[in-house]
Amino acid sequence: MNTLHRHWPWLLVFVVLLAFPFLFYDWSKGRHSGFVLTLMSEIGVMAIFALSYNMLMGQAGLLSFGHAVLLGMGAYCAAHVVLLVKAGSFWLPTELVPLAGGLGGLFFGYVFGWLVTKQRATAFAMITMGLGELVSAAALMFMGFFGGEGGIAIDRVMDTSLLGVKYSSSWQVYCLVLAWAFIAAALMRLQTQTPLGSIANATRDNFERAQFVGYDPRVVRLYQFALSGFFAGIAGGLYVLIYEIVTFDTVSAAKSANALLAVYIGGAGGFFGPILGTIVVVLLQSGVSLLSNAWLLYVGVLFIVMVMYAPGGLIGLIFMHMPIWRAGRLRELALPYARAFPPALLVLLGFVFMVELASFTTIGAAQGKKFSIAGRIIDTTSPLPWVIAIAALVLGGLWLHREARSFRERWDALMEGAKKQDGVKIQGVKVQEAMS
Amino acid sequence: MEVFVVSLLNGLVYGMLLFMLASGLTLILSMMGVLNFAHASAYMLGAYFAYTISTYIGFWPALIIAPLLCGLIGAAIEMWGLRRVHRNGHIAELLFTFGLALIIEKVVQMSWGLLPVPYRVPELLDFPLFKIYGTQFPAYRAFMLAISAVMFGAIWLGLTRTRVGLVIQAALTHPDMASALGHNVPRIFTLVFAAGTALAGLAGVIGGNYQVTEPAMAFTMGPIVFVVVVFGGLGSLTGCFIASILMGLIQTFAVVFDVSLADLLAKFGFTVTSSTPFAEVLNVTLPRVGALLPFLLLVLILVFRPRGLMGTRDT
Repeated sequence: MNTLHRHWPWLLVFVVLLAFPFLFYDWSKGRHSGFVLTLMSEIGVMAIFALSYNMLMGQAGLLSFGHAVLLGMGAYCAAHVVLLVKAGSFWLPTELVPLAGGLGGLFFGYVFGWLVTKQRATAFAMITMGLGELVSAAALMFMGFFGGEGGIAIDRVMDTSLLGVKYSSSWQVYCLVLAWAFIAAALMRLQTQTPLGSIANATRDNFERAQFVGYDPRVVRLYQFALSGFFAGIAGGLYVLIYEIVTFDTVSAAKSANALLAVYIGGAGGFFGPILGTIVVVLLQSGVSLLSNAWLLYVGVLFIVMVMYAPGGLIGLIFMHMPIWRAGRLRELALPYARAFPPALLVLLGFVFMVELASFTTIGAAQGKKFSIAGRIIDTTSPLPWVIAIAALVLGGLWLHREARSFRERWDALMEGAKKQDGVKIQGVKVQEAMS
Repeated sequence: MEVFVVSLLNGLVYGMLLFMLASGLTLILSMMGVLNFAHASAYMLGAYFAYTISTYIGFWPALIIAPLLCGLIGAAIEMWGLRRVHRNGHIAELLFTFGLALIIEKVVQMSWGLLPVPYRVPELLDFPLFKIYGTQFPAYRAFMLAISAVMFGAIWLGLTRTRVGLVIQAALTHPDMASALGHNVPRIFTLVFAAGTALAGLAGVIGGNYQVTEPAMAFTMGPIVFVVVVFGGLGSLTGCFIASILMGLIQTFAVVFDVSLADLLAKFGFTVTSSTPFAEVLNVTLPRVGALLPFLLLVLILVFRPRGLMGTRDT
């Protein structure tokens, strides 16, 4: 009863997420929106993946450029397990396929981890990059395990379910993804409170001291890496069940980069930052890529802006408001925010307009697409739209610069007041200075 | 024999091209500790700039203007981007250049399109220089060799014979001390970053028409340049040079020898059949593994000898 009392937000979020697809339910036809379900499942899988990445980056301060290797290896293992179960080699319920992927990820996490965790910091980043390149090249080379370019296709309807569910519809798969996402997230949350999790933090913050206390940082890194492989493998197993195919792009550098972008945009400092980042990245990826060729550019710019101005990520930005909120003066920020909003919107619109103009003159033209806003086709070769875009960008930038100054003054004053009021140390963004 | 000589020459050309890229990166990495992911993007930008300039005013002006443009971009990145991120630590700097590389790739795609652009060798140099064993050696490759040799000489002279070069050398190992002695170390950083990017741009100008000028060229070249830098060792231009040539030769020779581990085992009396364990691994031929070799080397050297061939300290 006590646990339920303490952890009711988890339960609430679970119920909300379970109910969410019904907002898009097509009552006339009596079926779910396939797009929404796939999108939500993708977010679930990528959230587990990003959280497992944060076990390395946030908790242990290890920057990996090849984390997708663990996701992909887990996915390949799960795919082979499904094939074996179908062939009748052994029995395994469909619900436990992600666990098979997780064990595969754990195994490869330990094996690869033994190699890569000999180093830390920049050298670790480079080894993982080399490993990522090696595995993605090997995935195209060895047909037996990886299936070459075609990958390995499976059929997720296995008739071995514990619950008697066939998993033929994406709604059933979504429920499975959601359940596993919560199990994995809860386990990872618990892991941060174990001695291993705390020592991982210690080796991140000051690995020499951790050594003096008597812990071998190498072993800590290895365990952390292997465990993160376990969770990435679970994500891989779910990936296989959703898409019913696993190809070499699950181990590719682009997938690794996705995790990095999601974690950093969301914020590596807190536990829930990566989930927030995943939602932003996947929505941009799936939503914007329908309209525009440039989704990666937007994600990249967002990433750079975060690196330059908000190293704590989105979650850090939110937490920056905590002292003011606790002082009960959050309302006083409403006006400064409202004043900064129009110029920020102008800059954003100008930027998006310019990017789209550029994208439609080259890529769009090659694909035979036309740039149209509200049904009016815009001639991307004429100077007028360009002038408008640049003017919006420049004027908005200057205006924003002016507003930012008064905003900062107001912010500093409020912070000062909040500090005096509760006398508690400001828990602002925890910049990951120790990660260097 | 003929295969050997031709491959040797080609390997040398490729190795020198790698050195042009890697020399700048090694200086930046050893001095500032920044693993510059955007370095290969400068290579790509150099090639694209040169293509555009050469369609208007010809290849020769492009040979000078394009690297200068890249250098200017590099200086701007250092002054307005990296310095700002610097206080958040090395990882933040690394992530900054990583994001920059992503953005530059997209911008290139949007400015020049997704397909390769027809950036060609200038007509003046488009003839076979000589023939060895019936294989023609294009004059352009000789020109590439000449340019990179001149650059190597210039870098070496600049670093050992000029005042700025000596300060750079000092700042390589003891930036705080050099700064305490009154040298403007931040300006040296900007200078080195700009010069490194300009060199990468120059490599792009002469390498873009030797290879293919396409938006993916940065992400294919980038990791190999990292391998060279790590292999050569931090803080050592000589190590970087040796590693570049070695990597060029390895990659060219790997394509030539059509052998596999199974062939090697056959010499000792083992025959590999499809039922042998790891038959697939044993049967892969060297040309197919060629692209893998640099990364295998990267992982091995970082695990067993993190300071590289001639490095002065661990990566």
